[in-house]
Amino acid sequence: MLSHRSAVRIGLLVRRLAQLRGSGTALPGLVVERLDPGFLAAALAGLPEGVVVITGTNGKTTTTKMVVELLRATGLKVFSNRSGSNFTRGIIAGMLGELDEHGKLNADIAVLELDEAHAIHFIREVPPRYSLLLNITRDQLDRFGEVDYTARLLEKVARATQVGVVLNRDDPLVSRIGEALPAVVERRYFGSGSSVQHLFPDDGHLYGAGPDPSLATVEPDNDADVVLTGLGGKSATYSFEGAVQPPVDLAIDGVHNALNGAAALSIVRMVLRDRASGDVLLKALGSVGPAFGRGESIDVDGSPLEIVLVKNPSGFRLSLRSYAENDAATMIAINDRYADGRDTSWLWDVDFSSLSDVAVVSGTRADDMALRLHYDNIEVAHVEGALPAALDRFLAIEGPKRIYCTYTAMMAIRSVLASKFDLAGIQ
Amino acid sequence: MTTHNAALPLRIVHLYPEQMNIYGDTGNVLTMVRRAQWHGYDPEVVVHRPGVAFPEDVDLIVGGGGQDSGQGLVADDLLALGDHIHGLADDGVAMLMVCGLYQLFGNFFETVTGERLDGIGIFDVATYGGPKRLVGNVRANTQFGEVFGYENHSGLTMLGEGQRPFGEIAMGSGNNGRDRTEGAIYNNVYGTYLHGSVLPKNPRFADALIEAAAVRRYGAFAPAQIDDQLAERARSRARQLGV
Repeated sequence: MLSHRSAVRIGLLVRRLAQLRGSGTALPGLVVERLDPGFLAAALAGLPEGVVVITGTNGKTTTTKMVVELLRATGLKVFSNRSGSNFTRGIIAGMLGELDEHGKLNADIAVLELDEAHAIHFIREVPPRYSLLLNITRDQLDRFGEVDYTARLLEKVARATQVGVVLNRDDPLVSRIGEALPAVVERRYFGSGSSVQHLFPDDGHLYGAGPDPSLATVEPDNDADVVLTGLGGKSATYSFEGAVQPPVDLAIDGVHNALNGAAALSIVRMVLRDRASGDVLLKALGSVGPAFGRGESIDVDGSPLEIVLVKNPSGFRLSLRSYAENDAATMIAINDRYADGRDTSWLWDVDFSSLSDVAVVSGTRADDMALRLHYDNIEVAHVEGALPAALDRFLAIEGPKRIYCTYTAMMAIRSVLASKFDLAGIQ
Repeated sequence: MTTHNAALPLRIVHLYPEQMNIYGDTGNVLTMVRRAQWHGYDPEVVVHRPGVAFPEDVDLIVGGGGQDSGQGLVADDLLALGDHIHGLADDGVAMLMVCGLYQLFGNFFETVTGERLDGIGIFDVATYGGPKRLVGNVRANTQFGEVFGYENHSGLTMLGEGQRPFGEIAMGSGNNGRDRTEGAIYNNVYGTYLHGSVLPKNPRFADALIEAAAVRRYGAFAPAQIDDQLAERARSRARQLGV
C-alpha cells in the first residue's frame, strides 16, 4: 500500500487536474480513499480535541457553520466539511489542502456535517468524540423508507460516540435515543422554552392534527443544557448555566435557526467545558451569517432577493412561518432529482395558505407545485418549468423577492444568478 | 362554477391522521374538501383517533399510510370498528384507503419475521412483508382512465380469488410487483398503494368518490364544471417523465 504522503500527493495532483477541467470536487477524495483506505481515520486520529459529528434531517449545514464559528471564536483551529460534500470522499477532498507535511490534519478539532445514511459509514471508520443529533422528520422517504429507520441510523451514531451526545429535547424520536444510551456516554439536551414552543410544530402537527400522544416521552420542562427561551424578530434569548442570558441579535433569519443556535451552544459548551465563556459564545453566535444557499440575500438592482432552501414538509412549513406574509414576491422551484428526493408527495404536507399569491412556479415538478397551490386556493401567475426562463420572468418584478427551492433547483438558480449578479460566497 | 348543491353537507372522516399520514395523504382529504366545495357541497372533515367513538352520518372515509409502528398503534382500534365499517361499506359509503390502511382493510399483514397483524377484511387480500421496498412512480389503468401516483411499500399484497383489483399496472409495481394488479375495490371502497397524493392528479377518480357519496346521501349528483387544466398538465408531465 502507498504511504499516506504518496496518497496525498496523488490526491493533490488529481485535485489540480480536476480544477483545470472544472469538474467535481469529490474526485480527488475518491482517488485518495482508493489508494489509502485508512486515510480518513489516520488523518483525523491525532486531533487534540477530536471529531464532532452533526447529523439529523434539518439544519445540519447552518448548525455546523455555527459550531465552527463558535469554536473559532474561542481560538481553536477548526476543520469542517463544506456543505454538500458529506460523503467520506468529499471530506477527504476537503482535507487535502489542510494537511501538514506528515499527512496530518492541521487543526485542533474537526466538525463534520454528515447525512444520516453516510454518517453510518463514517462512524465505522472514525468514532466521533462528540455528536449532535438535531431532529428527525420525514425527508426523502424514497431513500430511507421510514422515519423509524432514520431514527435507528441516528441511534447508531449516538452509540458510536465516545464522550458526549447532545440531543433535541423537543423531538420525541431524538430525545428517546438519549434515554437508550449507555450511562458512560454523557447526554445533554437543547430545546425550546414553553413560551416559544408553539413556533416549532413537529410532524404530528400537520394541518392542526395535533401532536402524536404516543410519542410524548420527555417532559417539556426536563432539564436541558441550553434552552431557547425567547424570540422576537431576530432577537433570541437563551438560557444556560441556570440563568437567562442577554438577548442576541441573530444575523440569520428563521425561527428554526434560533433553535439551531441552542443546539450549537450546547455542543460547543460540551466540547469546551469550563473554557467556554458565555459572552464570547453569544457574541460569536450573533455574527454567524447564512450558510451556502440557506436564506442568503442577494442584491438585485437595489432590491433584496432571498434564496430559501426547502427539502421536506417541516422545513418548508418553518420557512413559510419565518417570513412576514406578503412582504416579497414569491417564486417556488421544485426539482425531483435524486438530491432533491424523487417523491414530491411531501408538498401536500405543507400548508401554503400564508401565501397570498405566487408569481412564478418552476422546476421539473412545476406542474405538481402549481396543482398543490391550486388546492390551497392560491393564485399562480406563471408556471414555467425551465429555470432560466422562470428567473427572467421573476427578476423583472420590482421590489423584494424570495425564492423557495429544492437543492438542485437552488444550484441551478445560483449558477444563473452568478452570471448576472455579484453573488456572495459562490465559488 | 354552479352552487346549486349549496348547503348540502358532506361529512368526510379522516382516519388516524397522526399515525397514518406519512406520504402526503392529507392531500387526499384536502382534494375531497376542495372538489366537494367546487361542486357546490358543504364538506366537513371529522378526525377519527384511536379509542374514541366513531363519527355518525359519515359520507366519505379517507385513510393513509404510516410507519409500521403507526400501523401497530391503530390496528386494535380498527379491529374494534370492523363490523361497523363493514356495515358502512355494504351500505355504499365511499372510502379511499392508501398503503398502510389499504393493507389493514385486507385480511392480514404478515411481517418478514412471521408476526401477524389482523385486518378487517373489507378486501379479500393478504399482505406479506417483502425483502425490499417497492418505490417509484406508478401508472395504472383503471375504470377512471390512467391513474398516476407514487408508491413506497415493502408489503406485498395478494388478491384472493374473485377480489377485483383497482387497476392494472402500466408502470411500477402495484400490489406485489408480479401479477400487474394494483389495489382493490369493494363496492365504493377503494384500496391502493398509490400516494403522491393520488386524488389531486386524478380528478376523475376523486369525483367518482364524491359522486358515490352524494348519490348515497342525496340520490343524485350534479357535477359542476371544474377547470382541471393544472391537473392535466401535471398528468402529462408525469407521462413525459416516463411514468
